[in-house]
Amino acid sequence: MREIYNYFKTIFFALKSLWTGMKVTGAYFFKPWKIVTQQYPENREKLQMFERTKGELVMPHNEKNEHQCTGCGICEMNCPNGTIIVKTVINETPDGKKKKALDKYIYNLGMCTFCGLCVKTCPSDAIVFSNKFEHAVFNKNKLVKTLNKEGSTLKKRAE
Amino acid sequence: MNEEIILKEADEQEISINMGPQHPSTHGVLRLVLSLKGEMVQKVEPHCGYIHRGMEKMTESMTYQQIIHLTDRLDYLSAHMNNAAVCLAVEKALDIEVPERVKVIRTIMDELARIASHQLWWCSFGMDLGGLTCFFYGLRDREKILDIFEETTGSRLIQSYYCPGGLMADIHPNFQQKVKEFIKYFRKILPEYDELLSGNIIMMERAKGIGKMSKEEAISFGMTGPSGRGSGFSCDVRKHHPYHAYDKVKFNEVLRTEGDTYARYMVRMDEMRESMNIIEQLIDNIPDGDFAVKMKPIIKLPEGEYYQRVEAARGEFGVYIISKGEKNPYRMKFRSPNFSNLSALDALTRGHKIADLIAIGGSLDYVIPDIDR
Amino acid sequence: MPFTFSIYDFTGFTQWVDATLRGACSPFWATLWEMVIVGVLFLAFYAVVGLYLVYAERKVCAFIQNRVGPNRVGPYGFFQTIADLIKLLMKEIISIKQADKLLFNLAPFIVIVTSFLALAAIPFAKGLHPIDLNIGVFYVMAISSMGVVGILLAGWSSNSKYSLLGAMRSGAQIISYELSVGMSLIAICVLAGSMQLSVIVEQQRDLWFIFKGHFPAITAFIIYMIAATAETNRGPFDLAEAESELAAGFHTEYSGIKFAFFFLAEYMNMFIVASLAATIFWGGWMPLHIPGLESFNHVMDFIPPVLWYIGKTAVIILIMMWFKWTFPRLRIDQLLNLEWKFLLPISLVNILIMAFIVLMGWYIGL
Repeated sequence: MREIYNYFKTIFFALKSLWTGMKVTGAYFFKPWKIVTQQYPENREKLQMFERTKGELVMPHNEKNEHQCTGCGICEMNCPNGTIIVKTVINETPDGKKKKALDKYIYNLGMCTFCGLCVKTCPSDAIVFSNKFEHAVFNKNKLVKTLNKEGSTLKKRAE
Repeated sequence: MNEEIILKEADEQEISINMGPQHPSTHGVLRLVLSLKGEMVQKVEPHCGYIHRGMEKMTESMTYQQIIHLTDRLDYLSAHMNNAAVCLAVEKALDIEVPERVKVIRTIMDELARIASHQLWWCSFGMDLGGLTCFFYGLRDREKILDIFEETTGSRLIQSYYCPGGLMADIHPNFQQKVKEFIKYFRKILPEYDELLSGNIIMMERAKGIGKMSKEEAISFGMTGPSGRGSGFSCDVRKHHPYHAYDKVKFNEVLRTEGDTYARYMVRMDEMRESMNIIEQLIDNIPDGDFAVKMKPIIKLPEGEYYQRVEAARGEFGVYIISKGEKNPYRMKFRSPNFSNLSALDALTRGHKIADLIAIGGSLDYVIPDIDR
Repeated sequence: MPFTFSIYDFTGFTQWVDATLRGACSPFWATLWEMVIVGVLFLAFYAVVGLYLVYAERKVCAFIQNRVGPNRVGPYGFFQTIADLIKLLMKEIISIKQADKLLFNLAPFIVIVTSFLALAAIPFAKGLHPIDLNIGVFYVMAISSMGVVGILLAGWSSNSKYSLLGAMRSGAQIISYELSVGMSLIAICVLAGSMQLSVIVEQQRDLWFIFKGHFPAITAFIIYMIAATAETNRGPFDLAEAESELAAGFHTEYSGIKFAFFFLAEYMNMFIVASLAATIFWGGWMPLHIPGLESFNHVMDFIPPVLWYIGKTAVIILIMMWFKWTFPRLRIDQLLNLEWKFLLPISLVNILIMAFIVLMGWYIGL
């Protein structure tokens, strides 16, 4: 008798547990407003990334086409995988002094691991991470970017 | 197929199957060579190394700050904890006391990462058992933690948020409020997980009594984390060797004695609740202060050997550094929890069916990059 | 025979077609033409139903999982499955070197032909009924159990271990679950006193059998739903495919249109078992009638029978999808335990109870 009781108890418990699970999924089925996925290319316009999102490395330039990079190369040294190459030139100032200046700031997005050490260690806050995350290109070479703009100069320090 | 192999198989009535490296439920590129008798698993031979990147060797040419970003890529689901291990080892070597604020934030971040990791484990465990809906529910809730991470650390999966001496950046002003919202939300949603999977008769039938492991065996295999605690092996590093702010919070070490798949499952489910308790205790009491100590630009550890372990989401993660007083470690070794847990797979699955192998594998929750390093 | 067409009764229309054809040519050719017409109609129906069940499944599971589902091809992704089919048609058909070529190529056709055959006995509406066999229930059962031959052949001939395991699981599964499906249908046949599907539907004019037979009928319905889900290799019983265990089970080695055949056949089988459930338990195309409420019955009569039939089938298909997207998969020994220890004994007892109730006249009737 006990076995028969247990037999039906098993069936009852099994059906109950199945019904509990079905209630959860069934409830979501009838709640289409609970949909959490986003329609990505359509919502591109209003897609707001978090301000700290590490998208890609950029060098901000002001309206006078000036950046803050002195070409010291600390970021290059700190980069764990050789993503950054800083090329400098020696410029001679009118008063005869020799001064190192940035020639090309080469950033290989394909190698970047977004550890953030370059931005953290930069003494003059010349580089930041932008929020742009759409990196897909057809050619690997396009991932190698020169961050400083054509003809840009070092921003003069406020006297 | 070779004639000889066919004959041999016919002779022994055993078939060998390559499960993986491309298989839906090996969670990556793990290759298991199974010997089957019908559906019964006779032997499992895990073959690792498909995603070996030589991380331990790579560390020898990197500074300690740079090593952090490699540890993210070991067990990518507990990136914060792996970072913490290296940071703590370096801080211990240099005898640096980090500010209270850093400790508390690190604790909260670790626990959030643990919840996120267990959520992902829950989805993949559900999927391994064949309940595909679990996968999306878990990911849906994990998304909220990832958003919190992204807002503060700038990345979602591999954050590189800790650095020797503190944190890369201070927490975002919204951080506390968002974490509180998440805890409130997740406390409401966690019973749903139980309704959908934990209490389900099919799941219970498939998990109870499957893949039993006694406490002694678990210790001898070096099974740590939730997998070890499911067998009653009290191995919570947070409890036994507190780091961060774990000595200041009250939490229980979740222990179960059954040692089967269901026990390992329930340990993880309860750990999510415990993690929420820890976060709740700390989130309102983040002390003011600096988010990092001023460190020298080039860190040189004094000559010697250093070991630091932390409780990662899958078990004990250890970092062993041999320093010769230079800016790079002379030798570095990561003790990854998944590697030891995987070693128990053969003993766990012997005599069970293929379907059980999948369930047991799911309950061990292996992350392949952590095994292969 | 004058031309008549009514959406409530297709008898006149089909008889008109028959009479016209017989008037135009000899009986042999008339029958042949009728077969061709029905065949072409079914082929179109098959493709549409198969494709849109796939679409429906994807939408249902998407809503269950808080997603949107297919939404790129056409409005609401309505043409997604058609695009998928075109893709499958264009894919290379990989031939396996070690496979048994004949059986390997034959297997998908066996699977698809059996599901096609079973469709013949389903009454879609009054008069819209390809063959009204006097053993309709038995015919559908017999035909639908043939599908396992195709699955076994597919698994065996692929010469792949995953496929073989999947096929062997499927064999054990379908052969045992066939019993419960039969037993639960027999319970209703006892109540109806006939195996002819048109008679069964007609008998539910006043009250559907699930209400008329009350307790045993509901038990039979639950057993039928479980066993039918298992028989179609779906839901928690998809051990033959077992994505997370056996990669794709018996159709691991198939590609292109042959894979599509298996895929379509699965959905078609689901449609067949659902429409059989709708016909036997929920009255098929018969509108919902409640004895005593004449005005309500008239309103219900106003809805065309085809819609009733499609609606009921859709609801049952929805329930089966709901199963699939909620439960984890069973293990093979648990699957057989469920059948032999629970479903079969219960359905045997259920037949007994049903026979007793019919004998005593304790069913709900007028």
